[in-house]
Amino acid sequence: MARASSKRSKIINSLIAWTLGLIIFFPILWIIILSFKTEGDAIRSPIAVVISNWTFDNYFVVQDRSDYFKHFYNSVFIALGSTFLGILIAVPASWSMAFVPSKRTRGILLWMLSTKMLPAVGVLYPIYILFIALGILDSRIGLVVVLMLMNLPIIVWMLYTYFREIPEEILEASRMDGAGLREEILFVLAPMALPGIASTVLLNIILAWNEAFWTLNLTAAKAAPLTAFIASYSSPEGLFYAKLSAASVMAIAPILIMGWFSQKQLVRGLTFGAVK
Amino acid sequence: MSLKNILKAATAISVLTVSAAAADNLVIATVNNGDMIRMQGLTDDFTAKTGHTVEWVTLEENVLRQRVTTDITTKGGAFDIMTIGMYETPIWGSNGWLVPLDDLSAEYNVGDILPAMSGGLSHDGTLYAAPFYGESSMIMYRTDLMKAAGLEMPAAPSWSFIAKAARHMTDRDKGINGICLRGKAGWGEGGAFITAMSNSFGARWFDEDWNAQFDTREWSDTLNFFVNMMTDSGPAGYATNGFNENLSLFQQGKCGMWIDATVAASFVTNPKDSTVADKVSFALAPDNGMGVRSNWLWAWALAVPAGTQKEAAAKQFIEWATSNSYIELVAANEGWANVPPGARTSLYENPNYTSVPFAKMTLDSILSADPNNSTVDPSPYVGIQFAAIPEFAGIATEVSQEFSAVYAGQQSIADALAKAQAITNDAMEAAGYR
Repeated sequence: MARASSKRSKIINSLIAWTLGLIIFFPILWIIILSFKTEGDAIRSPIAVVISNWTFDNYFVVQDRSDYFKHFYNSVFIALGSTFLGILIAVPASWSMAFVPSKRTRGILLWMLSTKMLPAVGVLYPIYILFIALGILDSRIGLVVVLMLMNLPIIVWMLYTYFREIPEEILEASRMDGAGLREEILFVLAPMALPGIASTVLLNIILAWNEAFWTLNLTAAKAAPLTAFIASYSSPEGLFYAKLSAASVMAIAPILIMGWFSQKQLVRGLTFGAVK
Repeated sequence: MSLKNILKAATAISVLTVSAAAADNLVIATVNNGDMIRMQGLTDDFTAKTGHTVEWVTLEENVLRQRVTTDITTKGGAFDIMTIGMYETPIWGSNGWLVPLDDLSAEYNVGDILPAMSGGLSHDGTLYAAPFYGESSMIMYRTDLMKAAGLEMPAAPSWSFIAKAARHMTDRDKGINGICLRGKAGWGEGGAFITAMSNSFGARWFDEDWNAQFDTREWSDTLNFFVNMMTDSGPAGYATNGFNENLSLFQQGKCGMWIDATVAASFVTNPKDSTVADKVSFALAPDNGMGVRSNWLWAWALAVPAGTQKEAAAKQFIEWATSNSYIELVAANEGWANVPPGARTSLYENPNYTSVPFAKMTLDSILSADPNNSTVDPSPYVGIQFAAIPEFAGIATEVSQEFSAVYAGQQSIADALAKAQAITNDAMEAAGYR
């Protein structure tokens, strides 16, 4: 009796989970479907869209019109560059906050997080002028720095949370065995916090990949990443839904594939320390 | 090698070096629409003729506005040519942000640009942007539905006729709406339509002392007429419909009439995308017998930001892209129906083009729009669906949000007009106009 009830609740839970999953995924699925339709078919009723002919034309047109691989390379460079630089700064910062806290640590952490509450457009002009003065407007290096700074509070907070879960006694033991600060962080702390660092890296890559305000406003022809690639197919005067969908699929495919393969690490890292 | 041959080789190398050094790479910011995309595909012709190469930055209209505004106000120099509209050009020209286009070549023939266009793209008589294409607004209607309704569309109809025809053409059971119009918030979306419509009802945004005029009977008449007509004959949820939503409805045969940009004529008559391509005809935008029609005037134009290091090459590109020879190039590659319309007088004298079904009505619509005399009573601003002052975009976006809330049934017309009055007067006072 109890086994039957447990089986039923398992089926119900699975059904609910699948339904929710499909609802969440549906917009992406619809974009994928539209990307294989003509512009004329893309605006028809949903059933007519599904049963109409399929075509690869939009992908050819998009690749012909825009240099996908140039934008893709810029996205990879900016996402990986900003993540690498962010981790390089955040690991020692989080170490000091987690293991050598001062009475102001909590305040500093909250202040860092509060910078995320500032609307980006509020600092657009100062940053734009700074970029002009430094000669890094429309450059990948400039975007790496800006996106690193934008995501740094989140990286520090995540790493700080993971580091706090690691017993300080282990680090003390390594110090007693003669490890210096560099060895302590690289060979003792980092391996233990690897799941946390991995999920922070993955999340930061996703955030940097999807960032659309700075990447649109600080680039022109040279450093424009895939966000600009998508934006070039949006139009308030003309129906280009099928091409826009094809461009969107091409832009999200790499991060979707990366997310699919790393979902285990991502979930593990994000829930690390959440349940004790 | 003889001395003569050595000299020849040296000269050839020098010429090649000089021309390579003189060749520039131009970065052009532009909008995503059919005509601009077509131009990108034909850029090789420009490169072959001049040696200059071109890189395109294509953005959605509103993103482009924000992007180029940031760049030009900070003298960022990210772009050598910018695609801007009739709203920005006189303001930016007066601020000294644009290079005057007063030295274009004789072959270019500036005098051939339609006067309405060159007037709207000038400040103090100096041209600051060259029109790539121009547009007005007009009625696009279904001839079969009009015939079935037992009515005949006049060439220049009144609003009362349009409301009557819309009621007769509406067939809710078949999903046909008598009329589809923009209700979406945004100064360039529903805001542009209702402002142009209000002109024909005798309304205006400001009196001659820059006082807001939303507390007048004319504005109340405009909104009441619009809301009643759309409630009777418009599609459900029209408060969120813009150009694209109405285009989609019309192409699927769900609208009897659609009043919108003349550039839409080539879309609705294209059998590849439109299910009603062979059942469409055109008429002038309606009026109310007050001497002003409800059509707007707009142009996408190419301008050179002040401070670019490549001014000469940029001007060369503008001459190429907005010339008669470019129109002929497009016609040869894509047909006459796809040439950029509304910019040059000679296009409408070309028999190849006058046979295009919407050519005459487009020209008539453009010619009937006068940005300098857009209102029945005198007003202090230039522009038809906008007032060419820097503050307008922000104010009109807020005001159009209030109007859209009326269309969505969230507030009354009186409340929306009272809020519009307060928003506008506050902003104009803060900006020092009042």
